[in-house]
Amino acid sequence: MSDNNKMENMIGATALMKSLEKEGVKEVFGLPGGANLPMYDELGKSNIRHILVRHEQSAAHMADGFGRVSRKPGVCFATSGPGATNLLTGIATAQADSAPMVAVTGQVPVAMIGKDAFQESDIIGMANPALKYSYQPRTPEEIPTMVKQGFYIAETGRPGPVLLDIPKDVQQNEGKFTFPDEVRVPGYHPWADPDITNTARAVELLLSAQKPIILAGGGVIISSAFAELQSIAELLMIPVVTTFKGKGAFPENHPLSLGPIGMHGHAEANKLMTEADCVLAIGTRFSDRSVGTFAEFEKNLKIIHMDVDPAEIGKNQTTSVAVVGDVRASLRIFGKMLMDKAVRTSDDNPWLKHVKEVKQYWRENLKIHPGEMGAAKILRKLRELLPNESIVTTEVGQHQMWASLFFDAIHPGTFFSSTGLGTMGWGFPAAIGAKTARPDVPVVDIAGDGSFNMTENSLATAVLEDLPVIVFLINNYSLGMVAQWQRTFYDRRMVGVDLKKCPDYVKLAESYGAQGLRAQSMDELDSAIKTALKSDVATVIDIPIDPEEDVLPFVAPGTGLKDMILPS
Amino acid sequence: MVWAILSIKVENKPGILFKVTHLFRSRNFNIDSISVGVTEDKKYSRMTITTIGDEKQITQIVKQLDKMIDTIEVRRLDVNNSVYRELVMFKIKVNKPEDSMEINKLASAYSAKIHDAKKESIIVEMTATPHQISAFEELAKKFGLKEMARTGITALEREEHEH
Repeated sequence: MSDNNKMENMIGATALMKSLEKEGVKEVFGLPGGANLPMYDELGKSNIRHILVRHEQSAAHMADGFGRVSRKPGVCFATSGPGATNLLTGIATAQADSAPMVAVTGQVPVAMIGKDAFQESDIIGMANPALKYSYQPRTPEEIPTMVKQGFYIAETGRPGPVLLDIPKDVQQNEGKFTFPDEVRVPGYHPWADPDITNTARAVELLLSAQKPIILAGGGVIISSAFAELQSIAELLMIPVVTTFKGKGAFPENHPLSLGPIGMHGHAEANKLMTEADCVLAIGTRFSDRSVGTFAEFEKNLKIIHMDVDPAEIGKNQTTSVAVVGDVRASLRIFGKMLMDKAVRTSDDNPWLKHVKEVKQYWRENLKIHPGEMGAAKILRKLRELLPNESIVTTEVGQHQMWASLFFDAIHPGTFFSSTGLGTMGWGFPAAIGAKTARPDVPVVDIAGDGSFNMTENSLATAVLEDLPVIVFLINNYSLGMVAQWQRTFYDRRMVGVDLKKCPDYVKLAESYGAQGLRAQSMDELDSAIKTALKSDVATVIDIPIDPEEDVLPFVAPGTGLKDMILPS
Repeated sequence: MVWAILSIKVENKPGILFKVTHLFRSRNFNIDSISVGVTEDKKYSRMTITTIGDEKQITQIVKQLDKMIDTIEVRRLDVNNSVYRELVMFKIKVNKPEDSMEINKLASAYSAKIHDAKKESIIVEMTATPHQISAFEELAKKFGLKEMARTGITALEREEHEH
């Protein structure tokens, strides 16, 4: 038995901190309360940095942002009852977007569970469908194995959130501990080896296509398959569209890049997607927001589906060939098979010629808002001034879709958004989490005012914890996406969308000790972005825009990509 | 639509039945019947779930169950090559003295057992296929069915033929 496995006496909370340290955890995001006091007491004695939030939802989003950027689970702490339920939205967001996270909640003492104790909630029951897995140790000795397993489950295969709900007495009680170096989880098989026969069939099918296209999803980013994807696209000269979650999987300034498809996809991407006869879909779950209607999408289209999650195969779309496994591993085998065949595609085939024409047409002819501070213009200005390796998060709403349309993600894996659950308020705390993971690069939250409202109290965290992120606040003084739907589908009956110029975001930022800047012209915006990039304190750039500006193109819900509404 | 029997081996731990049934609820699947008990190895339980859906749905159910970390093995049994039975209890009304004899005859025709034969009612226990149970239920209704309780199906696949 190695030194590592020697029995040690300590209390459960100490064992928890020791287990987290062994997983390489350097920071946790959280808020203390009655039922997690013992773990906070030990956290204070450990080398782990605590980043205090003002609402537990933000702790979960910070852990999520940290996890997506570092691809290691972000850790958040909350107390029992409302502390735990406040984490729920953040847990569900991480689950929907396959982000690695370990959430640790305090629970009432074991003997009090089920007695409707003060601040008791059955958080495991409530969070179950939004969790990859959960644990509730009943004795302190169980903690090290659960932490080890929890991290393993959260970060492997298709990542996701894991909850560790620890009753207060289990934190306090002493036990004899061993810390496992390895764990087994019998019912968990995170990776299958890509099937060679199916991969070969996928190669044949793609090569036989007249109008092939690649659809890159979030799985490409999660598995870091950027180089593999790019080399296959370039070797075969196949255009690449992405899902919104896959934005940043392929450089958007690349000649073969067409950008995201979907409800607010690029016009050229949606158009060419519907014309293609075969798609190599990598690490995507074919969300309705990406494909429109399932039946319409797969009409006249052969689908090759690569995904780590076997349950995604055939869930929404019928596939011709499926390759289950880590998509990076699958793409490597796929690429090697192409090399062995010595395939070379010339770039003067009719499909590619057509692709180039369509792309060029829409790049030149898509009508954008005529105003000086139109969304396209301000986002292109941000792209121009922001270094390519900067990390960008977004909130949820019009600004998010404008970011998708007009802000090119160039460096791999630098664009993150709540794409699945669509959680307003995600972007700002996620940016803080991202900055914690990558203090060396600028981190910008492309925000809308409605979303920023929801977690703006994280300004305290950004300022006090010295995490100088930039909030690029596209401010239309309204819940803009809802307003757009009311203008489009409800005959302009505007209900509950006017935020009435409240609050003043410059003053709000300043009241937290952050920097508040307002940009009402392109010159002001230019200088505000430059000031923010040089600032060592968090900055909010308030950018008032026309509240009537719509996000276009727009594929209305329940219609196909070919039916997209274009700017008139 | 097809009827499928799923045999799910899970770790014998608290909370797993909840997770399995929650999966059916949140994925919009349907549980037709469910039975649970420990296996030959006390570390594991076996859940036998019957469900109705189209082939695509049933494939999805199997995949989603398989993905669950607590499930050790998920199998869709071949209905034609499995032994599947359900235990049922009927409390049947005895309206007149001759009924008692009639119910006894009926029970023995179905290899069912008689319990608690009282003046007003008889409890009949039978282990049978759902089809046989429905048939018996129809016949018992003639007398008046006071109560019925069923366990849900449990099943094992037959061994492959040895040639």
